[in-house]
This record gives sequence, structure tokens and C-alpha cells, in this order.
Amino acid sequence: MAQVTLHEVSKVFGRLKALDRVSIQFEDGEFYALLGPSGSGKTTLLRMIAGFEILDSGRITIAGEPVEDKPVEKREIGMVFQNYALFPNMNVFDNVAFGLSVRGTGAAETKRRVGESLELVQLVGLDQRKPHQLSGGQKQRVALARALVTRPRVLLLDEPLGALDKALRVEMQIELKRIQRNVAITTIFVTHDQEEALTLSDRIGILNNGRLVQEGSPHEIYERPTSAFTARFLGDANLLRGTVRNGFVELADGTRLSSAMPPGAEGTPVVCAVRAEKILLESAGGEALGQGENELPARVISHIFAGSSLTYLVGWRDETLKVHVQNRGFEVIPEGAAVRLSWPTGDTVVVQP
Amino acid sequence: MARSAVAGAPGISRSRLTTIMVLTGPAYIWLVVTVLLPLSVMLYFSFLSDVPIGKRVAVLTIENYAAFFEKDFYRILMLRSFRLGAEVTFYCFLFGFPCAYVLAKVIKGRWREALFLLIILPFWSNALVRIFSWTMVLRGNGILERAVNWLIPDFGPLGLMFTYPAIIVGLVHSYIPYMILTCYISLQAIDDHLIEAARSLGAGRFTVLRRLVLPLAFPGILAGAVLIFVPVLGSFMEPRILGGRIGTFIGTIIEDQFTAVFNWPLGAALSFIMLGIVLLILLIGVPAVRRVI
Repeated sequence: MAQVTLHEVSKVFGRLKALDRVSIQFEDGEFYALLGPSGSGKTTLLRMIAGFEILDSGRITIAGEPVEDKPVEKREIGMVFQNYALFPNMNVFDNVAFGLSVRGTGAAETKRRVGESLELVQLVGLDQRKPHQLSGGQKQRVALARALVTRPRVLLLDEPLGALDKALRVEMQIELKRIQRNVAITTIFVTHDQEEALTLSDRIGILNNGRLVQEGSPHEIYERPTSAFTARFLGDANLLRGTVRNGFVELADGTRLSSAMPPGAEGTPVVCAVRAEKILLESAGGEALGQGENELPARVISHIFAGSSLTYLVGWRDETLKVHVQNRGFEVIPEGAAVRLSWPTGDTVVVQP
Repeated sequence: MARSAVAGAPGISRSRLTTIMVLTGPAYIWLVVTVLLPLSVMLYFSFLSDVPIGKRVAVLTIENYAAFFEKDFYRILMLRSFRLGAEVTFYCFLFGFPCAYVLAKVIKGRWREALFLLIILPFWSNALVRIFSWTMVLRGNGILERAVNWLIPDFGPLGLMFTYPAIIVGLVHSYIPYMILTCYISLQAIDDHLIEAARSLGAGRFTVLRRLVLPLAFPGILAGAVLIFVPVLGSFMEPRILGGRIGTFIGTIIEDQFTAVFNWPLGAALSFIMLGIVLLILLIGVPAVRRVI
């Protein structure tokens, strides 16, 4: 259990900048998700903390101690791999006991701690099974028990739920959270699944093209994205381009958007992000469409039914916007109908283009 | 189930069985004609008193087999051959395994192909030529001796030619590609994440090798060992050319029976005894090995 600090970490693969001066402080006991599209550098970052990749420049400390020059086996980390990487030549017990036997732990102590670990992941009674006799979820639990049994200073998870099917993934998310809380270990979790990151983590760091784009609590990141990238990557956001005029953002058709935050200097081009579920969609009927603040006239292009909600694709000028509507027994607005979109001032988020 | 009962093997339908027979048939027919038939003839010969060629009279007998058990000479030679086989296999592993490891786990891309070519290259030249070229290297005042004396003046003669080590050198050179290739295949099948997982758990490189890589590569090592051990047992060219007077092994004796002494029955009998012992070793060894892995 420890604080992990990355300071200006960079890594270049050939001509590709995999990581570009990334600095993150992982707090003691927190669950931190590194979220980003593939190729964003999140896995490289995790492997660097583990020691599998050598950094070109920057510093990494675990519990205040610099570890850049330490080999993997001396870093006292626990790691869970996407494909679990259970040792196929050993049974469950020996897999979990591996880290202890490497450290020369005695037989009785090993037995007790392996037992504890397997109990923690709720996998008692399968000690003698070989990895190929386990289901995906069970393998996952063994991998977790194996990583935790040595009481590492930090737990690194590389898309650990990626190989599981949806239902099992949700179950394991809950499990993972429970176990992490139980052990109170600093956990760094790599994922490309935004929902997973939002559900599990205390904080999220968004990576794109090797840079840390934004970090904060799931709520912060979702509600207050600072860049168009974050807004689009996390959830469904509609991006509207405009120019700052008299403290408002004026869109190309003259519509004024007001935001709770200062939009920037007069005359600068900006982008506003509006979440699809924050927009109120009303049938405009035959009446003239208002041109108030945060109000857009649009036309329904199509809708997508997703059970609990309905997504409308609506056309405004040349753009297609998304609007999520909760399924409360509404009447579906037909295609081609004129609608009015509106949303509260606080939901206009001015972001970096 | 009724269908598979017809096919005789559970889970295999009739059309599938036809496919299997059509695809495997030619190979089996070929093997029967080229291997089993001549081998059966030799087995028959091994029970004859003389070669049934020309006007010689041959009667059925077991004296060829009895000779092996009556004369210490053959038994000692057989043991000597087994020792040679074991040593050559060991050195092939000792030098071949690290090479296979580097090829499979360290080198990536085009370099790997180039290095592979270097390993397979010796196969493209004639075995006899390869062994004779070794005599150029090993003989008195040969390349190796000169090189050593150039590096360390007044080192004196190496005296390697016509010795047991010379035979080992020649055989290891001939057979090491088998070990490299079989080990390479099983090493490549090991997921790199397994090695990383072991290291993340605190295992140093040696522990990873001992507890993970070697056990997982064991089938490959075993396959390589069998591929090397068996032919080395019967080898005669390398012992004869590189060993000279001391190069007498069961393989050279068998060869003598066929080419020099013209006692095919004895040669055949000794061959089958050797084959029997090898099969016995595999019969005992393989299940024991299975239990380990």
C-alpha cells in the first residue's frame, strides 16, 4: 500500500510518442482508472510502473522510493493480465503460492496466506484444479488472489475484465470493487471501457495520444469535460461550434448558448458540449420555433430503441445531434417531425476544441 | 451415436472417416511398403544362421540373439553407445536450449529468420562432407590447433583427433538443430505474459527459467532428446571418421556386419536388440515424464 507518482514520464517507440510527459499522482489506497482508446499509451504507462517498459525520461516513485532502475521482480507490485496469465503447469494453489515460494515463505505460512487469498476472492475448494479446468470468472479470481497474496504495494490491472462476457463482467466489477476496498490497496486499472471506469474508480485519468488529457473523479470528468475529446469519449456528447459574443456562445445560425462558466475572450471560436441525456426534446407542432437561449430547432431523422431509453437522431442545420429520452411510456415522435431542443444553462459545457 | 458406432470410433461420422482414410492412406501405404516390409525382412534375417543369398544354406536359429547375451563385448559396446547417446543429447540440450530461447523470446522479426537459416544451413550440405570438414578442424596441426597456438604460443598439440571428445563434437554438430527446432516450437508457445506474471510476483530470471520455462518447454526438450538419442545410438559415420581406432560402438559393429563381415543375421539381431531397448526405455520413461508435467 503506497502512493505512486509519475513525474514527466515519456516514452518513444521508434517515431511514435507513446507517452508524452505524463505526470500522475496515485493516492494511497485509491482506485484509479487509466482510460483511453487503443494506442493512447495507457497500457504502456501501466507496464512502465510494473517495470516491463523502460522509460526514456521522467521519474517513477513507489512509496516515495524511485524505482526506474529497479527490475520488475524487486518492485513489489501485483499485476493482473488481460488473459490472466495463470501458470498452466501449476494448480490453483501453486499458482497463488508462487509469489510466496519465490520469497521463501514457509509451508505453514504459505498455506495460511493462500487460503486467506482464495477466501478473499471467494474461491475456496478449487485448490487442486488446473487453470484449464476453470471458467473465465474463476481464472480472473485466481489471478487476483495470486497478485494480492504477496501483499504488494500497488495492484496493476491490465484490462482484467476484457475477456469476460457482459453479465460476468458486471459481477466481477462489483467483486473487484469489494476486494479492493477490503484490501485498501492502491490500484491502477487500465481500461478502454468507459462504463467500467466510471463504475469502479475513485479517479479517472483520460489518455489520448500519449498525453494525460484530463483527470478527476468520475462525476467531474463526466459532467465537466475540459476537451472535446473527453466529452466525446465518455458518454454521448453533442459538440456545437460557435464564437464568443457578449458573454454568450453564438452558433453559426445566431443561436445563443449560455453557460455557467465563462466562455472565454470575445470573438474566440469555442466548442460547446451538451450531453445527449440532458437535452429536452419537445414536439414543436406547427408553431414557430423560438430562438431563445440554449434552444435549437431541429427535425427528427430517426430513433434507436434501447429498452430503457430511446435515442433520437435529430438534424440541426447540417449536423446530426443525439438526444436520449428515458422510456416512461412516451409516444414516439415520428421521423421528419419538427422538434425543439432545449437544456439548462449549467449543461452547456465549454470545452477545448 | 448409432452412426459413430458404425465408424468404430466415437464421435467420428462415416463421411469424416472416409476423409481421414483418403488423406492418411497414402502415407500409411508408403510407410508399410518402405519401412515395415524391409524391417520385417530384416527381422526374419535376424533369426537365420546365414544370409540366404546365392548358394548359402540358412536355417532358423536364435544364436544371433544369444550371442549378445553370451559375449560381454556386445553388452559393453551397447552401454558405451548409450553413454554416447546420453552425452550427445545432453550437450545438444546445453547448447541448443539457450539458442532456441534467444530465437523464440529475445529476437523478433527479420533477424530471427536469418538466424534460423544459419541453423538449418548445415542440413543442406552432405553429412559425410560435414564430418570430414571436422577432421580438418580437429586433426593435429589442424585449424583449431593452430588457432589455439596462435592465441596462446607454445600451447602445444591439442590431441583431439581420434578421441571420444572428437566424436562428441561431430555428433553434437550434426544433431543440435533438432534440439533447437523442437525447443523453439515449445518455447514460442509460451505466452510472454506468463513470464511477465512470474516476474511481477518477484521471481528472478533463474527462477522463471526453472519453475516456468523449463517445465513448459519440457515436451519440446523431450522430443528433441528422442530425435537425437535414438539415431546417435546407431551412428557409425561420426565415430568411425572422427574416432578412428577408438570409434567402436554398437552402430559401427552393426555396420561392419552388413558391409565388412557379411553377417547380416547378426547385424539385424543387434539392431533389433537395440530397438527393443529403446522401446523399453520409452515405455518406462514416457509415463513417468507424463506424471511430472
